[in-house]
Amino acid sequence: MTSTAQPGSPWPRPSRPRLPARAAYALHTLLAANAVYRRLASYLERRPTLYRWFTAGERAGKEALFGCRMCGQCALPATAYTCPMTCPKQLRNGPCGGVSPAGRCEVYPEMSCVWVTAFDRAERTGHSGDLDLLQRPLDNREWGRSSWVNYWQGRDENLWTGATGDNPHPSLSPVSGPAQW
Amino acid sequence: MSLPDGGAAGLRGTLAAGHFAVTAEVEPPRDCDPEAIGRSAALLRDWVDAVNITDNQGSRVRMSSLAASLLALRAGLEPVMQLSCRDRNRLALQSDLLGAGALGVPNVLMLTGDHPRFGDHPEGKPVFDLDGVQLVWAARTLRDDGALMSGGKIATPPAWSIGTVENPFAPPAGFRARRLAKKVAAGADFAQTQFVFDIEAFERWMAGLRELGVTEHCAVIAGVGPIRSLRALEFMRSGVPGVVIPGHVERRLRAVPADRVADTGIDLCVETIQRLTAIPGVAGVHVMAFGQERRVPEILQRAGVGPATRTKAASTTPEGGNHHDR
Repeated sequence: MTSTAQPGSPWPRPSRPRLPARAAYALHTLLAANAVYRRLASYLERRPTLYRWFTAGERAGKEALFGCRMCGQCALPATAYTCPMTCPKQLRNGPCGGVSPAGRCEVYPEMSCVWVTAFDRAERTGHSGDLDLLQRPLDNREWGRSSWVNYWQGRDENLWTGATGDNPHPSLSPVSGPAQW
Repeated sequence: MSLPDGGAAGLRGTLAAGHFAVTAEVEPPRDCDPEAIGRSAALLRDWVDAVNITDNQGSRVRMSSLAASLLALRAGLEPVMQLSCRDRNRLALQSDLLGAGALGVPNVLMLTGDHPRFGDHPEGKPVFDLDGVQLVWAARTLRDDGALMSGGKIATPPAWSIGTVENPFAPPAGFRARRLAKKVAAGADFAQTQFVFDIEAFERWMAGLRELGVTEHCAVIAGVGPIRSLRALEFMRSGVPGVVIPGHVERRLRAVPADRVADTGIDLCVETIQRLTAIPGVAGVHVMAFGQERRVPEILQRAGVGPATRTKAASTTPEGGNHHDR
């Protein structure tokens, strides 16, 4: 589906982020959505060639730092900057039940479970509550597209939600309907 | 297709009445034998409230859980239809959920699923379009809001109860209670756990659930099972992802002669169930007795749990003793 699959492996492999969580949170403030970025995003979307170059840059950077696989709907800000798409099961809501007692991946026992890594990073930086957010299913049409552009355009706002109020069940109604994507 | 679940009976009725529920596991056959499920039903029908019909468990091909659930219903055994994200995308998952609703399957249980790497078709494509939490969520909106994931409305919603699973023993320990809380927020009515051998660790996890208020919204059913042999012990420890067997259990099994290991495994299972009944918030047990299904009634009888035991207790009162009516 993407050209970023690991050589010799058809499946995603757990990736340990190369950027400390604190630095990643700091970097996020640099990229936080604002009017300028929003204008840049709509400009890029009108220029296919520029969009491709921009997306290639985003891919190169995020791949090197986080093992990014370009799902186009970045969960990093809610996972202490540990990419859940590098989990062999691509779980976005926490670890599966197969994590070994030593915290190793069920599928790649030589590697740490990405969610064990995410939990450690979130705890150490005081962002542990982020992992309680409910992550909505991916829109698989967005693979290979720029999640920065999507974020600046405000399309990421409903990627996750908290369970609040008396009703413990949030709604899964398609708040960001297909038309927006 | 009517069900022994008129509200009072069945898994949902048992949980609603606050009785200690018992579920077991039935693996669909690896062929088209229509009688296989019936044989399990004859063995288990009077002893359990429902059975999980597994979905290509261990990533090995078996009869579909929907078909086997229907066979179980016909045989008078209440099914919990397992549904895993490994083999189906969101379209297939939702259509099987609709099918289960139409056929009167009273319970569905959502799983992420084992990775195909360790199964009989390791060359197959892992799907994982949704994860277990998202599947619970989609099932709950389908039932309660009558809406597909697309937002499209359905005229006749399903009525099944929604189950999920959790492993209290896998890292990160600090997140496992919260992970079940997420699934309950997404819509799970009941949850079954991985094998409990380490009761102290399980009690810590249960305390976390009570603190989060999870047990008020979700019935927690603890997984148990007898270890048949030292080979089975080794397999569970190294071949089944996520099973933790503490040293004292292993020492007890190794301390007896080879021909006594199976009986010691049964003793351990009975003792575990008895200890679990005393833990606040534990709503029942889920017995996984691979290769030893015939001994499930013995385990339940000795532990004093399940419909047969409840009926016996009730038969001392005038209205009791009707469990054969199921």
